[in-house]
Amino acid sequence: MEPFYDAFDKIAGISGKAGNLRGQIQEGGNPFEGSRSNEYPTGPMRQPYGPTLFAKAAKDLGYKPFPVPSALISEPYTNPLGVTMGPCTFCGFCTNYGCANYSKASAITTILPALIRKSNFTARTNSEVIKINLDSTGKRATGVVFIDSSGEEWEQPADLVIVAAFTFENVRLMLLSGVGTPYDPNTNVGTTGRNYAYQTANGVQLFFDDKNFNPFIGAGAVGMGIDEFNNDNFDHSGLGFFGGGSTRVTPIGAAPISSRPTPPGTPKWGSDWKKETVKNYLSTMSIGCEASSYSTRTNYLSLDPTYTDRLGRPLLRVTFDFSENDRKMAAYVTGKVAEIAKAMGPRQIVQNPSKGHWNTGPYQSSHIVGGFVMGADPTKSSVNKYLQTWDVPNLFVVGASAFPQNPGYNPTGTAAALAFKAADAIRNQYLKNPGPLVQA
Amino acid sequence: MRQSLLLAAGLFALSTTAAFAQAARDDSFEQIDKGRYLAILGDCAACHTVPGGKPFAGGVTLKTPFGDLVGANITPDPETGIGRMTLDEFQKVMSEGEGPGGFHLYGAMPFTAYTKVSKEDNAAIYAYLNSVEPVKNKVETNLLPFPFNIRLSLIGWNMLNFTKGEFKANPQKSEEWNRGAYIVEGLGHCGTCHTPKNIMGGDKNDQFLEGATLQDWFAPNITSDPHKGIGAWSVEDITAYLKTGANKYDMASGPMAEEVENSSQHWSDQDLKAVAVYLKDNRNAGAKAPAPIAATDARMVAGAAIYADRCSACHVSKGEGIPTLFPRLASAPLVNSDDPTSLIRVVLAGSKAGATHAAPTSPNMPSFAWNLNDKDVANVLTYVRNTWGNAAPAVDPTEVGNLRARLRDE
Ligand SMILES: Cc1cc2nc3c(=O)[nH]c(=O)nc-3n(C[C@H](O)[C@H](O)[C@H](O)COP(=O)(O)OP(=O)(O)OC[C@H]3O[C@@H](n4cnc5c(N)ncnc54)[C@H](O)[C@@H]3O)c2cc1C
Ligand code: SF4
Repeated sequence: MEPFYDAFDKIAGISGKAGNLRGQIQEGGNPFEGSRSNEYPTGPMRQPYGPTLFAKAAKDLGYKPFPVPSALISEPYTNPLGVTMGPCTFCGFCTNYGCANYSKASAITTILPALIRKSNFTARTNSEVIKINLDSTGKRATGVVFIDSSGEEWEQPADLVIVAAFTFENVRLMLLSGVGTPYDPNTNVGTTGRNYAYQTANGVQLFFDDKNFNPFIGAGAVGMGIDEFNNDNFDHSGLGFFGGGSTRVTPIGAAPISSRPTPPGTPKWGSDWKKETVKNYLSTMSIGCEASSYSTRTNYLSLDPTYTDRLGRPLLRVTFDFSENDRKMAAYVTGKVAEIAKAMGPRQIVQNPSKGHWNTGPYQSSHIVGGFVMGADPTKSSVNKYLQTWDVPNLFVVGASAFPQNPGYNPTGTAAALAFKAADAIRNQYLKNPGPLVQA
Repeated sequence: MRQSLLLAAGLFALSTTAAFAQAARDDSFEQIDKGRYLAILGDCAACHTVPGGKPFAGGVTLKTPFGDLVGANITPDPETGIGRMTLDEFQKVMSEGEGPGGFHLYGAMPFTAYTKVSKEDNAAIYAYLNSVEPVKNKVETNLLPFPFNIRLSLIGWNMLNFTKGEFKANPQKSEEWNRGAYIVEGLGHCGTCHTPKNIMGGDKNDQFLEGATLQDWFAPNITSDPHKGIGAWSVEDITAYLKTGANKYDMASGPMAEEVENSSQHWSDQDLKAVAVYLKDNRNAGAKAPAPIAATDARMVAGAAIYADRCSACHVSKGEGIPTLFPRLASAPLVNSDDPTSLIRVVLAGSKAGATHAAPTSPNMPSFAWNLNDKDVANVLTYVRNTWGNAAPAVDPTEVGNLRARLRDE
């Protein structure tokens, strides 16, 4: 996989510091990182005050803090497609907005400018694919049906169909098009919708009296982290769970008005609330631990029996709850993070581990995975390691829908590396000899 | 930039089919391909191809201070294009600005530059144009109001503003320099935009390439003047700009972006270098940099604050910009020009850099018309024009207001 991660890093201009360069552990990087062939394309971002304080405390406790690799770039960069990006200015309006500085990598900023110049490329905007067409054998995709903004339906014939519509829509399109057998949790048979997993979001808030973090300075992914409590990086014996998470301080920019950190017990309105807001806005920070969520037999995706979209097609139904394993893991890692928080000397800390049942209300994570997973066994997976569907060899389904479990990391680097791997297999193997790339 | 080949359709009808016999057409592949390249070098498409339309079918409007002129149909359609034009007649259009039947072309069709094109090159362009798909598209080229629409007036104009004659090499200079001069002064018709115009719209030849305003864009000084011109740019910087639309100093936007996209990105490396060598060696003596306005001036103080808030995120606190993404403002020819039209324009209307295969990013600058008033725009530009080594006259808020009104009407 490494060459494909490397290819993606170069397209996106990922900023960071390598922790493992060709097998050699590098001072200042993440020592738990897999071996990389190259440094990150752009250097690590400069760190705001909160991450700096955290990194010092973590280091004093014997951990190995590193700058979080990020698709917000730290210096001017021109990617292999010739597209130029500028350095992030820590504007603080990252998470819910586009980037006016051309610093935040996405397919739109880093690939489309080069792609739209190709004479054989067409993008149909404001169009929605509603179905993958299969021939009478059900073993061959013949194209897709899409609907345009005036409501007209079109058929696009194709020799090769690649679906990359994000986790949920990938799975829904497969269910609606009859690709693979829908997963049945009662019999544990079927693959489409199987292995759906989420992520557990944990955190510790730190209230200080004597610090000013200027929290409006921020960027969507700037920060310092440690990886000692992630996945298999620590000894799980006797703990009664597996998994773990990425520990990080990433100040995304505390938006005025919406961001009002106050300690527990503060009224939710009125003059005391305002007083506490003024007292705490500048001097509060938090440490997050975004942690794993392992798939279970009872968590899955299916077509909703009741609710439909504007075209009368079933919506996707998510059947999910956190498992006992994940809740135990969440309590443990949050406790470890709290130890570092205490060492930083705040007036008060508040632990927020993921607990109780899953709830759609509070924002926890946008990292949803699985439902059309990659594997070696066609009875338990939907696609092979090249993201080619087992049943329909000229149909590839790309995205985090292919992840069979959710580890304690953000998904996009891996989703993109898998896309590069699939593209490489299509160009260098499939096109020369169309058919299954892995014999089941 | 926008030229207009004024060949009224009615006049074609006068020429007889016998005229075809006058000149043999060399339609070998080599000749046509040579013509294709020369048509790119001359950027004929800029005025004769509507974006997205059929090549050379005409219809692009050029706004001149005297009124509108429209690029003619130069496809080989016999009724509405140049299908009935002989090579000799074509040669006369290019070298004398005179169409078949003796009528005169407006200087918007840059025959004052094209007169320098060699007869052989004209023959190749003619062969190429006759090889493209004929398109029936009647174009009314002359939309000028009275009295400018009277072509007779052009006889006097030509006497005052036009020196006929093919390019003559300067034996003192290298072959490369001469090739550059041939392109810049001839087919490239750089002076059409970059040379100041007299009251009649004729070139002020003693100020060749010293910058001029057209269609509310200021085409900057491209002599090697170190302050207002491109004197600091190396040959490599100039070729990178023409080839990709961007170099470490600047990025092409507006009409120059179109030029790079349609024309110079396709020039051969030898021609790019020849043009750069020639431009580096082209400077009128005597141009002196003015003294900058004092940083304590109230306009400068106000401008500095606006710059920090609105501009520095991209153009960086000391005006260095980000190469090939956000143009450099420190020591930039456009910034140091006497005429701030383009600067006011991009602040009010925003701008989008051109895109080429080599530099496809095409970044946007947002419009600040909604959050900066005329005085703010004037102050921030006055600050930019007089900081980090820049020095240029202050921008007058009235000028900003006038351009704002014109842009609103557009
Ligand atoms: C608020 C937020 C923050 C995030 N932060 C991070 C982070 O910090 N790190 C990280 O690694 N990941 C993060 N993610 C996740 C990341 O955005 C995704 O992993 C990534 O975008 C997935 O890429 P994709 O190409 O699979 O899908 P997408 O980027 O979602 O692209 C799918 C495309 O398909 C189109 N589409 C969908 N259905 C159809 C249809 N039927 N017909 C036609 N087109 C269709 C969509 O319009 C979309 O353009 C975040 C996500 C969110 C929402
Ligand atoms: S914080 Fe985000 S939106 Fe702001 S400049 Fe940096 S990358 Fe762009």
